[in-house]
Amino acid sequence: MIRSITRKKPDEELDRLLENQDRVFIFGCGTCTTLTNTGGAEQVQAMQEYLASKGKLVTGATVLPVACDNITHEAVREFSGQINQARALVIMSCAYGVQNIASQLKKMVVPALDTLFIGKETGVGVFNEVCTQCGTCVLGETGGICPVTACHKGLINGPCGGTNNGKCEIDTNKDCAWTLIYNRLAELDRLDLMKRFQPPRNHQGEPSPGKILLGD
Amino acid sequence: MASKFKQALDQGKFVVTSEVAPPKGVNLEKMAHHIELLKDKVDAMNVTDHQSSVMRFPSLGAALMVKEMGGEPILQMTCRDRNRLALQADLLFAHQRGIHNVLCLTGDSVVLGDHKTAKGVFDLDSSQLVAAVRKMEKGKDMAGNELDGAVSFCAGAIVTPEANPIQPQLIKFEKKIEAGAEFIQTQAVYDLENFKNFMEYARQFPVKILAGIILLTSAPMARFMNKNVAGVTVPQEFIDEMASAPKGGAIKKGIEIAGRQIRQIVDEKICDGVHIMAIGKEELVPDIMAAGGLL
Repeated sequence: MIRSITRKKPDEELDRLLENQDRVFIFGCGTCTTLTNTGGAEQVQAMQEYLASKGKLVTGATVLPVACDNITHEAVREFSGQINQARALVIMSCAYGVQNIASQLKKMVVPALDTLFIGKETGVGVFNEVCTQCGTCVLGETGGICPVTACHKGLINGPCGGTNNGKCEIDTNKDCAWTLIYNRLAELDRLDLMKRFQPPRNHQGEPSPGKILLGD
Repeated sequence: MASKFKQALDQGKFVVTSEVAPPKGVNLEKMAHHIELLKDKVDAMNVTDHQSSVMRFPSLGAALMVKEMGGEPILQMTCRDRNRLALQADLLFAHQRGIHNVLCLTGDSVVLGDHKTAKGVFDLDSSQLVAAVRKMEKGKDMAGNELDGAVSFCAGAIVTPEANPIQPQLIKFEKKIEAGAEFIQTQAVYDLENFKNFMEYARQFPVKILAGIILLTSAPMARFMNKNVAGVTVPQEFIDEMASAPKGGAIKKGIEIAGRQIRQIVDEKICDGVHIMAIGKEELVPDIMAAGGLL
């Protein structure tokens, strides 16, 4: 299952966002941010303690089952008393959850996390970005490995000169997408696909912001 | 009319290129000095484009300066900082102002430079930029619209003969040639036996190849490149040789090694020329050329 992958914002940034906000309510999320240990029950508890240490009054806290889901509405209603006492909502879900909660309550929201990418857990505690939702899928020509996502530069005609021992020039922990694609296509005996010149990409497959109206 | 550099390539003479590094700021004195020193010695000067993703005086402006001072510029263009509109616009300007050589590069990541939070563009890649040049020469822009006045360029690209793994790199190399690259400047090569194997393969393509020569300035600098520069391998024997230089004599030793490499490339006709990169010490290029028997 794909997940929204998040990372805690630096304390200094959170402190700045919460300047003059003395009463706060905290939301966690029981789905993605629980999996990544960024917004589950434990982290919500730690956030309560941190904010209390900074002199904030925490009016309450809850871990929503799925912050981006429609039923969040019900869960929010259940805590309306405590939420009403707060001036700001500290939200430890991904940005989808933050927007969902913000749309339902007339309160300033303060995201405690940065949403990094849509990813997949590929090992214990290892999350990899798998799709940037570019709108012009090229997986059919790369053996199912996405160069738009897995190559730092999103190159579609092969590696740049920064590739080094199968790793990316920006981080030796990151694989060179084109080494992976080459190996995959070689295994499938389809290197002809990699040899084909790819014209410049259409970066406007779905001009941002994306919006689809399903017809009849 | 073909550029002076293109004519040199076509004549089949041993071609020598070097670099001009635009400064960070508007003081162009040092660059002007390097241009003056090199313009009549080398066949062309590459003008780097925010080298290593470090913001500097623009390559287009510095290439213009080379031209105005009577030199032959090769405009380096990376795809890191400009989308296809801006790249095409700069090609129009370059052509119109008499700059007729371009080296098409993908460009280093912004993460490696001095503006680490900038957006990396990469709307095009190096092979697509070469293809764009060729299309604009036919009087059309990339969207297929008519140009009122077409461009003409001697267009080149780069290859890293010592990349690991090499096969994906060679596929990209072939795509650049297929897209229309006429010349290739290589990443630094030190192991010439390995480079000869690469040339044996590369000879089958209709493209001129200039071997990259990076001046070694010290043993630690050589070790640093081995550790940090993708696709560059300085053999241990060169590092030992640099380390053996007497105090204060490392640069002289580096020049000697570069000269020896150049001589071997010329004597054995390994490739079509050399691209000498003295990285910040361009004033030493004449010494390197002399050591290589080119002056």
